Amino acid sequence: MRKAYLSVFRLRLSNGLQYRAAALAGIGTQFFFGFMFIMIFEAFYAHASQEPSMTLQQVITYTWLKQAFLVLIVLWLRDNELFQLITSGNIAYELCRPSDLYGLWYAKLLAQRLSGALLRCFPILIVVFFLPAPYGLQLPPDFVSFLLFLAVLIAGLFMIIALSMLIYISVFVTMSPAGSLLLFSVFGEFLAGLVIPVPLMPGWMQQIVYLLPFHWTADFPFRVFTGNLGKTEAVTGLAIQAVWLAALIALGKFAMNKALKRVVVQGG
Amino acid sequence: MITVNGISKSFLVAKRPSGLRHAMKSLFHREYTVVEALHNISFSIAPGEIVGYIGPNGAGKSTTIKIMSGILVPDRGTCTIHGYTPWLDRVRYVKNIGVVFGQRTQLWWDVPVMDSFDLLRDIYDIPPKEYKDTLALLIEALDLGGIIHTPVRQLSLGQRMRCEIAASLLHSPSILFLDEPTIGLDAVSKIAVRHFIKTINKEKQVTVILTTHDMNDIEALADRILLIGKGTLLYDGSVQGLRSRFGTRRTITADYRENASPIVIPGASLLSWTPDRAILSVDTDQIRMSDALNQLSSQVELLDVAIDTQPIEDIIVQMYKEYQL
Repeated sequence: MRKAYLSVFRLRLSNGLQYRAAALAGIGTQFFFGFMFIMIFEAFYAHASQEPSMTLQQVITYTWLKQAFLVLIVLWLRDNELFQLITSGNIAYELCRPSDLYGLWYAKLLAQRLSGALLRCFPILIVVFFLPAPYGLQLPPDFVSFLLFLAVLIAGLFMIIALSMLIYISVFVTMSPAGSLLLFSVFGEFLAGLVIPVPLMPGWMQQIVYLLPFHWTADFPFRVFTGNLGKTEAVTGLAIQAVWLAALIALGKFAMNKALKRVVVQGG
Repeated sequence: MITVNGISKSFLVAKRPSGLRHAMKSLFHREYTVVEALHNISFSIAPGEIVGYIGPNGAGKSTTIKIMSGILVPDRGTCTIHGYTPWLDRVRYVKNIGVVFGQRTQLWWDVPVMDSFDLLRDIYDIPPKEYKDTLALLIEALDLGGIIHTPVRQLSLGQRMRCEIAASLLHSPSILFLDEPTIGLDAVSKIAVRHFIKTINKEKQVTVILTTHDMNDIEALADRILLIGKGTLLYDGSVQGLRSRFGTRRTITADYRENASPIVIPGASLLSWTPDRAILSVDTDQIRMSDALNQLSSQVELLDVAIDTQPIEDIIVQMYKEYQL
């Protein structure tokens, strides 16, 4: 069973690494939006009436991390192949394999994100490291923080895939990905802190955001990197991420089994 | 051993008349009709059989295949294959079956065929030695040597179909479901596919259940046919049985020296007539073939005679008519 997941993962990874032009175009876009976000935050900070709970330097680093790891953390990244599989009925083949569909798809989605990120993150990180202050990337306070950042980023990645699996499963019912994608991506993006970092949101909104799983996938790892969150907070966070991950996977598997029982394979 | 007993399955189909007005209306209220795809289907298939599953479009062939391969859950009825109920023991059961859906693809579109095969090896957890042997056999029998390292998107339909069939057999299943395996193939590829199916059935005793609209597939392959129409099983028996039940007619095409008067033979009807050629349809229930030929040769000076049995296609059309499908 494990072998099958690994095999899907490998194949999807090598497949994904072919798309160099897409990665190059993506890098360009991400630099553009990175600078735009930073300038907007600069303007906000210049006119702030009271001291925000994150320094401008932290926000800039946060923004660059967001741009570099975009493929790992956004909910709107989709695998059209999987949607087509469901809506066209090609899922028939996947269903006559002796493996658990949830695991296979999970491995596929994980590989898709990793291959995209591998192509994109290093060029962006290297360039922004050498940018002049205040526009450059600031390294984490110490090496342990960096290791913790990697751990929580990966845990966040596992969470985002478990979350996006729910979108795919919903297509079994709706037969069109447009609705779930829009809903999940608009709210998910905001609630993950991808529009504005969570500490800059009003207090009442922060309370809502902290109740939901989304902020653990992006806002939390980036704040660990910038040092806005300390090491103890990072470790407790990692444990909470694990609980969320288990819950999301359990929910996904339950929903998928339910959907497969009533699946209608489309077309002749 | 495959036993299907009293399987029924119906689908809910959303219905609305065309036009914007009805489209708006359906935003608030939707009407569904229940379409009964299968109604009380029962049959059993012994190991090593090749069974042709035929019927007009929408008769329920694919639905039956999908139920037997564990993809769909029927509303009623039981199905036991190798001791498993397909939709309940899906993961354990599917190791024993191979499925080819002629209109779909299981190969990864952007990577060489071999990569998809390797993936299937891992999914089915096939031991390396066994995999190597089966693969070599399939490459030879299906003539895949030249295309196995080509990305799937660059293969022709015939090449792809041969790869699809190979992909379904990598794990040496004992039952093979083929849902329209020859759809869209040219004559050469069809013959290659048929030959291969026959071979694995003989040599490895693989039970084959195939649906098709090409009656030549049936004649070349199936010992037994199941005819399904509007969700019910109409005929279960041999191809010969079908012929003797429905195909008692023969066609005689006769060329002769010019003769002005039309031919009259009791028990035979004239399909077409010219002064030097006639085509007759003879019902062998009413007149023996030798008598018909005797009478024919006494009426005209024969140059050439050809006798054709009714093609199975015509028999099927006749049956569809009879059952009003």
